[in-house]
Amino acid sequence: MDHEIYKEQILDLFRNPLNKGILENFTHEAIRRNPICGDEIKIQLKVEKEIIKDVKFSGIGCAISQASASLITEKIKRMNVEETLKLNKEEIFELLGIPISYMRLNCAILPLEVIQEALRKKC
Amino acid sequence: MNYKKDFPIFTNQKDLVYLDSAATSQKPKQVIEAIKDFYENKNSNVHRGLYLLSENATKEYEESREAVSKFINASSEEIVFVKNATEGFNLLSNSIKSALSSDKDEIVLTEMEHHSNLVPWQIFAKKYNFKLRFIPITKNYELDYEIAKEIINEKTALVSFTYSSNVLGTINNTKTLTHLAKKVNAISIVDAAQSVAHLKVDVKEIDCDFLVFSSHKMFGPLGVGVVYGKKELFDKMDTFIVGGGMIDNVEFQSSSYKDSPKKFEAGTQDIAGVIAFKSAIEYINRIGFKGIKEYERKLLNYLLNRLNEIEGISIFNPGKDKSIALVSFNLKGIHPHDVAHILSEGGIAIRTGNHCCMPLIQKLMEFQLCEFSGVCRASLSIYNTFEDVDKLILGLNRVKEIFKNGS
Repeated sequence: MDHEIYKEQILDLFRNPLNKGILENFTHEAIRRNPICGDEIKIQLKVEKEIIKDVKFSGIGCAISQASASLITEKIKRMNVEETLKLNKEEIFELLGIPISYMRLNCAILPLEVIQEALRKKC
Repeated sequence: MNYKKDFPIFTNQKDLVYLDSAATSQKPKQVIEAIKDFYENKNSNVHRGLYLLSENATKEYEESREAVSKFINASSEEIVFVKNATEGFNLLSNSIKSALSSDKDEIVLTEMEHHSNLVPWQIFAKKYNFKLRFIPITKNYELDYEIAKEIINEKTALVSFTYSSNVLGTINNTKTLTHLAKKVNAISIVDAAQSVAHLKVDVKEIDCDFLVFSSHKMFGPLGVGVVYGKKELFDKMDTFIVGGGMIDNVEFQSSSYKDSPKKFEAGTQDIAGVIAFKSAIEYINRIGFKGIKEYERKLLNYLLNRLNEIEGISIFNPGKDKSIALVSFNLKGIHPHDVAHILSEGGIAIRTGNHCCMPLIQKLMEFQLCEFSGVCRASLSIYNTFEDVDKLILGLNRVKEIFKNGS
């Protein structure tokens, strides 16, 4: 069996996720459910002068969603809001570096969607 | 016993280990041939044309109704063809109000219902200001019949429940529930979608007023469902989908309708599907439920024993004597999606997620039996083998290895 998508990096991030937890003094927050598996992901961001100073995610999920949440939260730290709102699924695929099938698309892109929802809410 | 050879998909997909029959079963060659035969030799509309082709199609369509009625020990005027079990519940929830006693305002369901036997009643309850009540599950994955006795009472207008759970496998005590309903003059509805392929379903023995199931879970084509109902209740009910085929007389301002069951079959039905459904029933009858039950019981027992050998597994099943041939489980710390994904790379097909039973999964989480908002489910049918189970176990051990060590 060839486990193309369960590469060491993905499994590592599943075991030791980055930016997982609760953020004190957040300025933006959103929570959404993956319609396929029912997993919830919560994103909290701290934005100052249009720059994302800090971001954390919480919620239980599969290895793909946890790795995606780790990588995207890491990427957007110190980015400005406008650039973050322009990110799309291609960037996620690049960050993950693994083939994403149609059935796993939601798992991979949900964290970015929730980040963008949070940023749009109060901007 | 080797039933695999009867199902062409296993010849064409040699590596397929299909453990998702509770979602839809595979189709034997007789059923596939019957569909092909209809379109190549018999294609025409039923109940309309006064020519031989249409007359023959009508005859075969009605023979299927007869076969379905015999299959569940009913009579043919008590059988309505719909698209699937979900449409069956929508028919009932949309049309049944006029058949209920006017002094009652509660509906009793169970905590293990599929969304198809829950959401339609939520809408009904909102529309008519009814209250929904639920027979709870116990930590042994069975219904709590003591509580059922309390909540099925003189306020209960109808009781609608599943014969067997698509997540837990639990075979419910249908007679107890229909009798509780009868005692308080409530209508009883049974969801038999998960049962019809595994055990003999007899509406007279169950003593229910309605029973709903679909063809595709019992080796028949997709696109055909069945609502069994007592004739006098069908006659009291309002129409559901209306238009051609179900009318008696139509004027510009009003219409009258045919008697049931035809009152509920508007528009052109899936005629090929209905006719091929008869071949699926004949296939089951040829094997017989005695043989099906014995073989599936052995397989289920083997599956439960082998799963129990896996360290860190949680199993959500009441045990082999109380369950149809399916088992839901989770591996500790590994999300069901990841389990299914890795298994699929080895050709093993299982279902994961909430299985259209979100409130039930929530309940398992509340009981602290389940750590995710979903479970893995392996469901068996007569074409599965002990070797299929072995492959699943090997696959699950591989999943654990990957998550422990990386690939």
